[in-house]
Amino acid sequence: MSTRSVIPFGPQHPVLPEPIHLDLVMEDEKVVEAIPSIGFIHRGLEKLVDKKDFNEMVYVAERICGICSLGHGLGYSEAVEHIMDIDVPSRAKYLRTIWSELSRVHSHLLWLGLLADAFGFESLYMECWRLREEALDMFEASTGGRVIFSVMKVGGIRRDVSDEMLKDFYQRINKMEEQLNTIAKPFLNDMAVQTRLRGVGVLTAEQADALGCAGPFLRASGIARDIRSTGYCAYGDVDFEPIISTEGDSYARTECRIKEIFQAFDIIRQCIDKMPAGDIDVPVKGMPNGEYVMRIEQPRGEAIYYVKANGSKFIDRMRVRTPTFANLSGLVETLKGCDLADVPILVLTIDPCISCTER
Amino acid sequence: MALINFNKTVLHNLVSKPKTRKAEKEYPVGTRGHVENDMDLCILCGLCSIKCPTHAITVDKNEKTWSIRPMSCIQCRCCVDNCPKKSLSMGLRFQEPGTEKVTKTFKQSEKAIAAQEALMKAAKERAAAAAAAKAAAANAGNTPAPAAPEKAPAAPAQATQDQNKE
Repeated sequence: MSTRSVIPFGPQHPVLPEPIHLDLVMEDEKVVEAIPSIGFIHRGLEKLVDKKDFNEMVYVAERICGICSLGHGLGYSEAVEHIMDIDVPSRAKYLRTIWSELSRVHSHLLWLGLLADAFGFESLYMECWRLREEALDMFEASTGGRVIFSVMKVGGIRRDVSDEMLKDFYQRINKMEEQLNTIAKPFLNDMAVQTRLRGVGVLTAEQADALGCAGPFLRASGIARDIRSTGYCAYGDVDFEPIISTEGDSYARTECRIKEIFQAFDIIRQCIDKMPAGDIDVPVKGMPNGEYVMRIEQPRGEAIYYVKANGSKFIDRMRVRTPTFANLSGLVETLKGCDLADVPILVLTIDPCISCTER
Repeated sequence: MALINFNKTVLHNLVSKPKTRKAEKEYPVGTRGHVENDMDLCILCGLCSIKCPTHAITVDKNEKTWSIRPMSCIQCRCCVDNCPKKSLSMGLRFQEPGTEKVTKTFKQSEKAIAAQEALMKAAKERAAAAAAAKAAAANAGNTPAPAAPEKAPAAPAQATQDQNKE
């Protein structure tokens, strides 16, 4: 029997945009156990409900994370709207859906770029991020911001999108789809890429379900669980099936995410076709009183927003459960028995967003 | 086959335009870059400072200044949306980076001060006239007070009241 040694991985590591620490217990080149520790970028944003009133809190919620910022604003607003029994106009719902899907496109493209960079395919990484820039441009044109959008508010959205711009989006999305077809080929067919991804970090459906994983990480193991199916926003009106893959390895996760980008394009096109006219917001009267749990599907998986209000301007408690936190246990499971060289890729395949996790 | 694909890509890259962009960014209309205030229009009502979620804006009525801390501003556009005089607007260019937390202070222009004073003077005169008319009506007996002079100054008086309240 060989001796065991512990290799610290992170909090600073080339594949990690954000700090997470893993203690890798090694037996020769194999990982026997991984012990994660988080808490490097806790900012205490949830506690800010004491200082910001429920309308201003949307801006704080958006700043939980830079990639899923739209989803956080959306989840928080929807939770407060449910407490206050506000019926959001359907145009606002459709625009929220378009923006959510657009943020899924840019989040997944960012992840694909990071993955390409992790296995050393630099030109592919650049291509992914160049394509992502198109999504960011669409965000900037429609919301005014590239990363933090500030368009969500309790009771609707803050900015309307003109019909000409929506038509323009349609064209741009078709163009993006063509470009993505070219980029997806090396990810799915290239032999060198497949040797790095196939059979690496297999998570079976039973394990994924038992560990409570979420998002593409879960669906790649063959479980069709997608919170968009519950039909919040305008998802009830559009046709889509949760995308699943059965292998449960890193390749399946990549495939799942690439297919989800195509699906997001499809959902955006459906929304533009069905876009209703009308108001974009309703006036908010009174103060929230009650509690609600809102679940939405972020690009990384299911996120849960718990809001408890007491009838005053300030909310009692706001809590966010993010998909990365749910996926960490799955990550630890996949790391067992893998090679040290595969650890960076496996850490990436859960699409870690540590800022969300620690808030 | 691989060689044909390879050559196709090389040829395509030789004739196609560069994929990179110019360093000078083109901002689409509606970019939230930074907050600008037209001090000729500003009446220092202070609504922007109330609505600002980060309290980046302060309005000093005595000094007649409007100041913003750009490092605290989050470009949410709340102040611009709530400006009654449309003196605030969103500039396209992103805020410049800096090493110091500065406060940018703008003084209300002479033109705006003169306009506001004229407005307040007119409102006061009208209020006085209305009061005099009311007193005259009361003196004249129980004839109903004329509605017209009371209603006419309502709008400007409201505006000045708002300014005093903030």
